[in-house]
Formats: sequence, C-alpha cells, structure tokens
Amino acid sequence: MGTPAAAATPYIFLKSQARWRVAEIIFWLATLLPFVLFPNYLSLASQIAITALFALSIDLVLGYAGIVTLGHAAFFGLGAYGAGLFSKFVWGEPLTGLVLAAAIAAVAGYLSSLVVVRFRHLAIIMITMGFGLLLHEAANKAHWLTGGTDGFQGVSMWPILGYFTFDLWGYTAYAYSLVVLFVVFLGVRRLIHSPFGLSLKGIRENWTRMPAIGAPSQSHLRKAYTISAAIAGIAGALLTQTTETVSLSVLSFERSADTVVMLVLGGTGKLYGALVGSLIFMVARDQFSGINPQLWYFWIGLLLVAVVMLLPNGVLGGLTQLVQRFRGKQP
Amino acid sequence: MLPPVFNVLFDGFAYGMLLFVLSVGLSVTLGMMNFINLAHCAYAMLGGFVAVTLVDKVGWPFFAALPVAFLGAAAAAVVLERTLYRRLYKAPELEQVLLTIGIVFMSVATAAYLFGTVQMPIQTPAFLRGSLNVLGLTIGVYRLFLIAAGLLVAAVLVATLEYTRFGARVRAAVDNQRMAAGLGINVEAAFAITFALGSGLAGLGGALAIEIIGLDYFFAFQYLVYVLIVVSVGGLGSIGGSFLAAVLIGMSDMFGKYYFPEYGAFFIYAVMLIILIWRPAGLFGRR
Repeated sequence: MGTPAAAATPYIFLKSQARWRVAEIIFWLATLLPFVLFPNYLSLASQIAITALFALSIDLVLGYAGIVTLGHAAFFGLGAYGAGLFSKFVWGEPLTGLVLAAAIAAVAGYLSSLVVVRFRHLAIIMITMGFGLLLHEAANKAHWLTGGTDGFQGVSMWPILGYFTFDLWGYTAYAYSLVVLFVVFLGVRRLIHSPFGLSLKGIRENWTRMPAIGAPSQSHLRKAYTISAAIAGIAGALLTQTTETVSLSVLSFERSADTVVMLVLGGTGKLYGALVGSLIFMVARDQFSGINPQLWYFWIGLLLVAVVMLLPNGVLGGLTQLVQRFRGKQP
Repeated sequence: MLPPVFNVLFDGFAYGMLLFVLSVGLSVTLGMMNFINLAHCAYAMLGGFVAVTLVDKVGWPFFAALPVAFLGAAAAAVVLERTLYRRLYKAPELEQVLLTIGIVFMSVATAAYLFGTVQMPIQTPAFLRGSLNVLGLTIGVYRLFLIAAGLLVAAVLVATLEYTRFGARVRAAVDNQRMAAGLGINVEAAFAITFALGSGLAGLGGALAIEIIGLDYFFAFQYLVYVLIVVSVGGLGSIGGSFLAAVLIGMSDMFGKYYFPEYGAFFIYAVMLIILIWRPAGLFGRR
C-alpha cells in the first residue's frame, strides 16, 4: 500500500497508484499467446477470459467493498439469459446484446443492493445466497421461457460489427472475450484508483467511521454493487454469445462459490487476483477433471484450506512477499 | 375424520424436527464464537455414513448405530476444531467461509470416492416401519419416532443449558464472550465442548435423516442451505428460536411441495428472505 512519502498530496498518491507497471503490460501481452501457442485451446481460453471477468466483478464488491457474497451468479445468469432471449426474439447483434445484459443486471443489482448493503456478517451471506437460490429456482421452474434443466436453445449470433463471424475454432470468441475483458478491466482499474475506489477500501476497513469523514457508506456500497452486477451481467452475456446456448448452471450456487474460490486463490482486492486466480483454477480443472471429476473437488478443498491457513493474501500476495524479501525490503 | 391438510402438517412437523436436530448445534456455536461454519452438514453426512456402514455392512442394529454416529461426528469435530478452526476465530468472515467450504469440498469428494454417487439405503427396525391410521390420517411410525427424538433432544438441550454449571457458562459466553472471559470462564474450552456436542447432534441428525430424505455424497452441500436458513431465521444462539424456525421451515417446505409443486423450493427461500429483511438477526436473535 501507500508509503507516507507518496501521500504528499492525494492527487500525487492516486496518480502513483494508477501508474502502469511493466509486469502489467507483459501480462496483457501474454494474453495474446494462446492465438499462437495453443490454437487448439482457444475455447478454453475464452472461457477463462469470461470467468476472469466474472471474478473481477466479485472482486469489486468482495475484495474492495468488503461485501461477502455467495450469490453473484444471479447477475451472471440474468446477463446470460437476457442476452440469450434478446438474440432469439429481437436480434442477434452481439454488442447491443452486451449492453442490454449489463443494463438488466445493473437494474437487478441496484434493486437488491437496497436490501443487501444494510446487513453484515452471516445475514449478508444468507441474503445474497437467498437471492441467488430464488432466481435459480425461478429459472428452473420457468421452463416455457428458459428451457429449465434442458437448457436454452436457439441463440444465433450475427457477426461482430457485421464483419467477424464466430468460427468453430474460437478465434473470434477468444478475441471478443479478451477485448471485452480488457475494456472492462480498464474501467475497473480507473474506478479503483479514483477517490471513490479509495473510499470503498475505507468502508471495507471501517464501516462506521467512513460516514464520519464524509463518505456515506451505504450509498457508496449501492453504487459499487450495481456496477459489479452490470459487469457480472456482461460476463454472463459473453458466455451466451460465445457458446450460443445457456444452461441452468449459469445461475447455480456452485458458480458463485467456485468463482469466489478463484478470486481468493489469486488474491482479493488486487485487480489481477481475479485474473490470475481464474487462470490457475480453470487450467487446473481442465487438466485434472479428465482423470476423475470427484477427486478434483478434493484437491480444490485442500487448496482452499491451505490458502486460508498459509497464504491469506492469495497467490499474488505470496508472490509480492517473496519479491519483497528478495529485494531485502520488509513487507 | 380430519382433512388431509393435517397429514401435510404432520409430515412437515416431523421434517422440522429433523431440521432442528441437524441445525441446533450450528446455531449455538455461531452464537458463541460468531464462527461461520459452513461445514456443519459435513458432520451430519459423516454421521449418516457411519450409521449406514454399521447397519448395512457390519450388521449392527439401528439403535446401536445411532450413538456411534453421534460420537464419530463429535470426534471428527474435535480434531478439526483443535487443528484448524481455532486459528481463525478472530479472522474475517470470508476466511472462515473459505476454510469451511474447503472442508465441505473435501468431505463431498471423499464420500463420493468411498461410497459412490448412489443413494444409500438403511435398514430400520421392523417396528419403525409401516404406518398407523388415526382419525383418518396416515401417520408414518418413523415420523412419529422422529418427532419424539426431536422433542427429546430439545428437552435435554434446554435442561443442560438451563440447569447445569456448564450450561450457565455457555449461556454467558453466548451473551457476551469478552465479559464471560473476564469473569474467569474458559470460553475456548466451553466452545470446544459445545462444538463437539453440536457436531455430534448433526451426526445423529444425519443418521436419522437417511430414512426420510436419503443420504448421498452431496448431502453436505444439499442440506447446508436448509440448515443455514433455519439458523439465520431462528436467530443465532437461540435453541427456542431454532426449534420454531425448524418447524416453520419444515412445514412451509412440505406445504409448498404438496400444494404448489410447480414452485419447488421457491417457498422457503422467499420465507427466509422476508424474515431476514424484516429481522436481520432472525426471529429470536438479539444481535
């Protein structure tokens, strides 16, 4: 975090935080590697990009604003079904579909935030989870609209910008997901390094003191929750558009829980934690689940226990510590 | 002759008793330490599998297996509490959630590995099978037994908490942990014992549940939601609250499933959300 010298003026402090680092640029260049090195795994790569986007939306509320949610798949699912229904019944243009999905999820996020931000501790976990379960059950029973457990069929996408068709190998799908992920990431990065982002961190650290210095906790949390819901909706819409189908699992509790696990694995409250965590998790699942899908959950469970006990700041936090020790600085 | 709605209410009450035995331990430990233990149903599942193994593989009678299910779950809880849980009592809730979800994942995978993914049947004694006909209602004997067991557990718990020295310590720790510690009560020891007893009760509940709701490798996840609903609706640390919440949730779930099957579990989720929004600390919670 910030050193006293850097905090000379708030403007300089925020600016120094927002500076692009070499490692970041290398990271984003590396995301282009799958096109060259693993052209057979492009559909997995686009799944990872979509999951990373969803994890990023959870990071915004969980890592920065301190709202522990186990029901964020509700917004992912709303975006996924929203984009699916839109393409089936209105038109198949992808970008407007994304915008619409974001809008639907944002409205739902704002409405539920009116309730959610008033609670803490167990109650907030139960309420976010309750909303998620309610929506899952509703989609399950609304067979006429969503196809229920059979899945939603009939999505057909037009080419992006009228030019890039979705191909069988996933070139377009990965490029599209990656571009959306990067654009949204830039937005979130800007938000986090703004005074608003700083006050979110303040609310996470001390919920009752922030209003005393002029940052209304609840209205800030409502904004963060709404923005995060919109991002989750975009991620869901991306999944629909790149796979051209929607399954009920987009709303499932497992999706919420798994993605929180990825986020924690990477490190919460660290922008790149969401991306690194989902990369490790998805690649590991792809490699291991071929052997035995049930044992996969055993290893994930063990990993979780190990991360909580040994690496409370996630993989990125552990790496930062290592680097600092290497350079001889005290963390 | 009573109308069939009483049948539904009776089944719902029996189901509620089951939920009570499954969840009361979590309510008390949550109230004491504020530790969010999402692995509670993993102990229930352990109890269930212990009972199934003893009864169906070894050939023990059902009633001999019940205390072993209790002890097995309690022993597992003691080990995990001493090695993992106690280090996170002061940690943020997210870390507690993650640790215990990790334990759930591992238990689910282990159960699937050892027992496969099929439903486990259990052999109950002959006198618990069948049903009685009372005033035109069909009353399952096993459900009657469940109600008796639930009421017995509630009575024993209330008596222990109200009339013993240990119970007084636990109540003091639930009311105000720091004050209790200041008065010389060893809160950690009291908590460890309560945790073992509560998880043991969950194990007992898991063994009792097999006949009604079945047992498979996914139990630890599937019933976690129900248990959490009962606990958060009833209010943390309140036995009476858990009892009423369990009955309320059990009955509304049965009612919804009989009369509005097209809505599925929608009913109890809605009941939970409304109660939590109205009273965030639960019906009988003080905090």
